[in-house]
Amino acid sequence: MTFKERLESRKFVVVAQLQPPKGIDLSEIYGHVERLKGRVDAINVPDLQHAIMRLGSLSVCALLKGKGMEVIYNLSCSDRNRLALQSDLLNAAALGLQNILLRQGDHPSIGDHFEAKPVFDLDVMGLLGAVKRLQEGYDLGGNDLQGKPQFYVGTEVNAAARGHVLDLEVMDMEKKIRLGVEFFFTNSIYDPGLLENFIKKVAHFKVPVIVGITLLKSVGMARYMNKHVEGTFIPESIIERLMRASDKQRESIEIAAELIREMKPLVQGIQIIPIGWENLIPFLLDQVGL
Amino acid sequence: MIKAEQKPMEEILRSIDPYKKILLSGCGACVTVCHAGGEKEVLLLASALRMARKKIGKPLEILEATPSRQCEPEYAQELSELSEKVEAILSLACGVGVQTLVRFFPKMPVLPGVNTTFLGETLSHGIWEERCQACGNCILEKTGGICPISRCAKQLLNGPCGGSSKGKCEIKKEADCAWQLIYDRLSSLGQLYKLEEIIPAKRWGIESRDSGLRRIIREDLKI
Repeated sequence: MTFKERLESRKFVVVAQLQPPKGIDLSEIYGHVERLKGRVDAINVPDLQHAIMRLGSLSVCALLKGKGMEVIYNLSCSDRNRLALQSDLLNAAALGLQNILLRQGDHPSIGDHFEAKPVFDLDVMGLLGAVKRLQEGYDLGGNDLQGKPQFYVGTEVNAAARGHVLDLEVMDMEKKIRLGVEFFFTNSIYDPGLLENFIKKVAHFKVPVIVGITLLKSVGMARYMNKHVEGTFIPESIIERLMRASDKQRESIEIAAELIREMKPLVQGIQIIPIGWENLIPFLLDQVGL
Repeated sequence: MIKAEQKPMEEILRSIDPYKKILLSGCGACVTVCHAGGEKEVLLLASALRMARKKIGKPLEILEATPSRQCEPEYAQELSELSEKVEAILSLACGVGVQTLVRFFPKMPVLPGVNTTFLGETLSHGIWEERCQACGNCILEKTGGICPISRCAKQLLNGPCGGSSKGKCEIKKEADCAWQLIYDRLSSLGQLYKLEEIIPAKRWGIESRDSGLRRIIREDLKI
């Protein structure tokens, strides 16, 4: 069953995020994929995430698909104009990549090429509009296409939003669904109560939501995320557990497992973001019976 | 109005190094308001340049002038007589003013003394902030009068990027998130329903600078 079929039949999906290498040595990512085969439903491959120049999502997705892995191709508005975005969407379709995750993208000034000119020719709404047009058989210029691409379209949502930001997020989701979004990935959530509050507000859309969990590698990382990654709320109780633990890696996996157990009934899937702890994903999935 | 900042002294000195006699021209309009190139700045810079050149044994003669608006032909022409007495013009006007002089004095080197930075407003004395990018198709009606093109680092048309924190921009920490301002403004106007509309992508290649040189022709005003 494909990623799309699973979500459409309301089955739970497990996604792992694997970052492309900075360079062209794919041996490490191939190793991860071999270990994850049969354990995850899809690999999500970011596109120039955090504005760090690295191998692109497109080639990595095509290569992983060639190895029999289902993938989610990422495309962001930050670094390409509407010609390049549409062309890359056609590239993806021609390479047989159906699942796409469309992102606003990160501003170059936060990355490793901070003198670069940001593009943002389209925002994510504009990009969703482009995907819609391509699927109807013509481009943003109104020109006919030879062969219509077909995609399974996802984008991101901030499930940690509260107050009026949550109201805006719900309005934003409604607009994105109007433009054809079929699934949403959330940011990393460490407070199931926040997620529950969010899901209550958006359940009526009946569009699958996949919750993110970044594995916490250290107390410092947790504190950094709380301070600098907007939308991240890691409760102090979790940070204290990590601080007290003699085996921090094991404790981190236990924390993630508990969160997954609690949040699983609320959502249609999880995305595990390992950031260097890719080898631990099978162990984590063992802990939660997935 | 157009905002500008004076170039570093070293850069100005380098650009005028080959010349012994120059005209230093300010402008009585925008750069006067932002204290970058008005009559007062002409006076101060001329003194500083004379001293700097005297110190290295290469005295510099400077004629001074500040036309009301250097970017308007009738005012630029006021410099004709003075320009005949010098080897180059150092202009403290914006990039438009510099190029007006270039058009009027084809054989005269015209050097910029300021960096033209943005179209902005005065927040308080000594503080100016960008407000407009002259994108060519104003959408302020849709966004409560707050411009996301000039005030959002990602120029987003349909809501925030999600990176802002406590109402401040992820990229420029000291700047307000444009979409927070838009939300607050529409909220206070009772017009939050405006956010339900999907604003289409801008036609950068038709309306904005990206379409190439822009020109306005008013047939009713042409002589």
